[in-house]
Amino acid sequence: MCRLAAITSSEYFSPIENILALETMKEGHDGSGLGLTLKNLGGEFKELKKYPILSGICSRKGKEILDDYMKQLGFKLIHEWMPKIKPVRGVIRRDYYFARVYDYPEDWKNKSDREKEDFLMNTRITLRKMGEADESIFVFSFYPDIVTLKEVGDPLELAEFFGLDKDNLEAKIIFAQGRQNTNYQIYLYACHPFFIQGYCTMTNGENTAFVPIREFLMSRGFPGYMGYNSDSEVFCHILHYSARQLGFPLTYYKDIITPLKWEEIEQRPDREALSLLKMSLRPLCIDGPNMVIGFTPDGTCFMVQDAKKLRPGVVGGVKGKYALMSELCGLDKVIPERDRLKDIYPMKYDMVIVSPGAKKVKVWNQLPA
Amino acid sequence: MEPATGLKLDFNHKLTLKEFPYIIRWREDRCKRCGQCTAVCPQGAIRPAVKYMRVIESSGETPKPRPVRRIIHVIEQVNDIEHYCTGCAICSLVCPNNAIEPEYNPQNKFLFYKNRGGEGYKRGGRRNDPGVSTLDRLKFTRISMLTDPALDAARHEFRLRSYIGRILPPEELPLKVEDGRLVVDKSSGKFIPPVREIFPIMIGSMSIGALSPTMWEGLAMGVAYLNEVEGIPVVMCSGEGGFPPRLLKSRYVKYFILQIASGYFGWDSIIHTLPYMQEDPAAIEIKYGQGAKPGDGGLLMAPKVIKLIAEIRGVPQYVDLPSPPTHQTKYSIEESVMKMIQSMSMAFGFRVPVYPKISGTRTAKAVLNNLARNPYAAALCIDGEDGGTGAAYNVSLDKMGHPIASNIRECYLDLVKQGKQNELPLIAAGGIGKKGNLAANAAALIMLGASAVAVGKYIMQATADCLGDEYNRCNICNTGKCPRGITTQDPKLYRRLDPDKVAERLVEVFKAADVELRKIFAPMGRSTELPIGMSDGLSIDDKAMAERLEISYAC
Repeated sequence: MCRLAAITSSEYFSPIENILALETMKEGHDGSGLGLTLKNLGGEFKELKKYPILSGICSRKGKEILDDYMKQLGFKLIHEWMPKIKPVRGVIRRDYYFARVYDYPEDWKNKSDREKEDFLMNTRITLRKMGEADESIFVFSFYPDIVTLKEVGDPLELAEFFGLDKDNLEAKIIFAQGRQNTNYQIYLYACHPFFIQGYCTMTNGENTAFVPIREFLMSRGFPGYMGYNSDSEVFCHILHYSARQLGFPLTYYKDIITPLKWEEIEQRPDREALSLLKMSLRPLCIDGPNMVIGFTPDGTCFMVQDAKKLRPGVVGGVKGKYALMSELCGLDKVIPERDRLKDIYPMKYDMVIVSPGAKKVKVWNQLPA
Repeated sequence: MEPATGLKLDFNHKLTLKEFPYIIRWREDRCKRCGQCTAVCPQGAIRPAVKYMRVIESSGETPKPRPVRRIIHVIEQVNDIEHYCTGCAICSLVCPNNAIEPEYNPQNKFLFYKNRGGEGYKRGGRRNDPGVSTLDRLKFTRISMLTDPALDAARHEFRLRSYIGRILPPEELPLKVEDGRLVVDKSSGKFIPPVREIFPIMIGSMSIGALSPTMWEGLAMGVAYLNEVEGIPVVMCSGEGGFPPRLLKSRYVKYFILQIASGYFGWDSIIHTLPYMQEDPAAIEIKYGQGAKPGDGGLLMAPKVIKLIAEIRGVPQYVDLPSPPTHQTKYSIEESVMKMIQSMSMAFGFRVPVYPKISGTRTAKAVLNNLARNPYAAALCIDGEDGGTGAAYNVSLDKMGHPIASNIRECYLDLVKQGKQNELPLIAAGGIGKKGNLAANAAALIMLGASAVAVGKYIMQATADCLGDEYNRCNICNTGKCPRGITTQDPKLYRRLDPDKVAERLVEVFKAADVELRKIFAPMGRSTELPIGMSDGLSIDDKAMAERLEISYAC
């Protein structure tokens, strides 16, 4: 079972905080991979917020292909961050790790945000497909103010490998996953967190409803619903589908993945709409043991449980800094000064929502009070 | 030339018992000649006979065997093909001394002779394929263990429910956001089709007329009990041939699916009762085909059309009631689907799901795609070749039709391609529980893509102790002489069947299936929704089958 460490803060902080939290939860991950997604970036990205950042890994050959393709589309490279690699035993170094900031092609500059988002996503998908066969290009995200870093190995060793403790890479929201490899082969794209057009999630547990959910999402005709090297990637896409594509408020994410029973729906003021959702979105209901942590484009972070609450999860912190963790020890490591009595252990009906800027936390309950 | 002895020497055109599918084993020493067996034999295959025979006897103080001639009473099997023994073994059931039983004769040449008069042999009941079906070869191999702990079938909450009815895709739902909450946008005028929540195993179409009054009553009572007492929303299809008006006007009609087939029998009275109905039926099924005899119509033989049936169907008594193979007023699929579905929907105020039932066939996808474009089509029921029937030609039963497994899978995957897999539920039928594995077969079909399954034959076998099996044993549903009283309108026969017992067994069958389905789904980590299309859970020990069904191969 993977271990998850998400921190949202009003101040910039380093991803090493997340990594150290993962280290305290070490018995829960086997060091088969690390994923990091950073949002609201500081440091050298602070002044570049409106430009899209392409995060990925390339071989030498892949770099040439990537450069050619981006040039052909008309993207202008305006900044590049590359980790200062320090060789570490057990981590196989690849040629180029990068987060590249691009300026939009001329004819895309004045398009709407939605059109730009689609363009960025399609570019990322094309690049991914170009490098998939020979593993020459891996791209994880292409979006403004987002950096994603993934590699196979132990989180602490990888932090050292990437030099994260010395780098000035920092952000206000950082999600990290220490991977416990389960039923699938160890593969970079299978590392959480997953990101699509501003929406991001990571999960501990295994999704037994994966195949019907994947089929349902893929049949929606949206090009971004692809990949699925991990059964957990669908959680991110369900979030994107419900919030962006269908335009539902965030709390309906919980109603979709863990629908209420009919008699419980009756207690809700929006029962009519909820009844329709329960039927129409039946294939997206999750059944496996899962705890999902995610963020939305405005910086709201949340945590939800599957209906049986078979996976742990805890949220706690102080005003201006909250952590959403899969284990209490991770939370103790990150925010030891908090009032522990106010820690939240979400139950089956709960959705813990931390507002943008980590100002306040609330527990939304599926059943009306 | 006359034979010298006066006996007829020419035995041509006579058959020996070795030609027959069953040979009666009668034990003279055990038989006390009570005559019960000959009285109950539905075929008249055995009869009491008197013979003048030479027998060896020993008697006296110092017994010495000697031949004597004596008149003896025997039970003999007739070697007339019209009165062949079907092997139902009702004679064994009534015999107080275990003196009689039919024995299967694998060397029989029955089919060579059973077409006298140029008429192909007809039989009722089952397809004559006793082999293991694909459904029985499917195994559930994705078992949750450590990373995804198995659920507890007894402790966790399970939701074994499905829907019939057109489900709107999320993109088309008339919803808007108001104060951070979703509300239904009434001003959009969008039609929201009716949907029913049902137990995923439903009772398939068996008509009043085909079934005896006691059998039908038993099933109906069981269904009402399951819904109202056990809380298991089992629905039952009426089959063609109408519905008792008293029941139509009752609140129980909501547990029944009314079927309209090409004979339209009984629909006059249903339409006339419409204004007086206090509840809507669960759904309307339009029958275009039947899996056991695809492309064939139905037939209720004259002897079964007794007064009650004649009244319900609106026909004279004791006349043959054939339903044509097609709906005679419709000449194209577009017309059939569009006109019939829409007119039936309209008749019930667009409050009742209306769906067609077709035979399993390679053309099923054509029908499916037509339905997928019709916003009023509520589902598609596909009946595979292993389905049962009351009466059909032997050749139709044995040689016509398409197995359900690949048919349903193909249709489901077609819907997936169109993104309509949740929109148009597929109901699978035909051969579910053929070997007794009701829940396992149903679960396998659900995981191949069916939203629900319809079962008829298994229900008869399990609830009324039907004698027939896939070896052509009994299977005389077409003669109106069902020895159990299931498919007969003869009071002497149907009075043998206690409707209360049928109802009780039906409840037990569904409660057991409910438990077994949980026992299958729990170890696979599924409980809150039916695992429709969860094909990663299935495997089969045949590579070609695995490839065809797009599931994994395991051996």
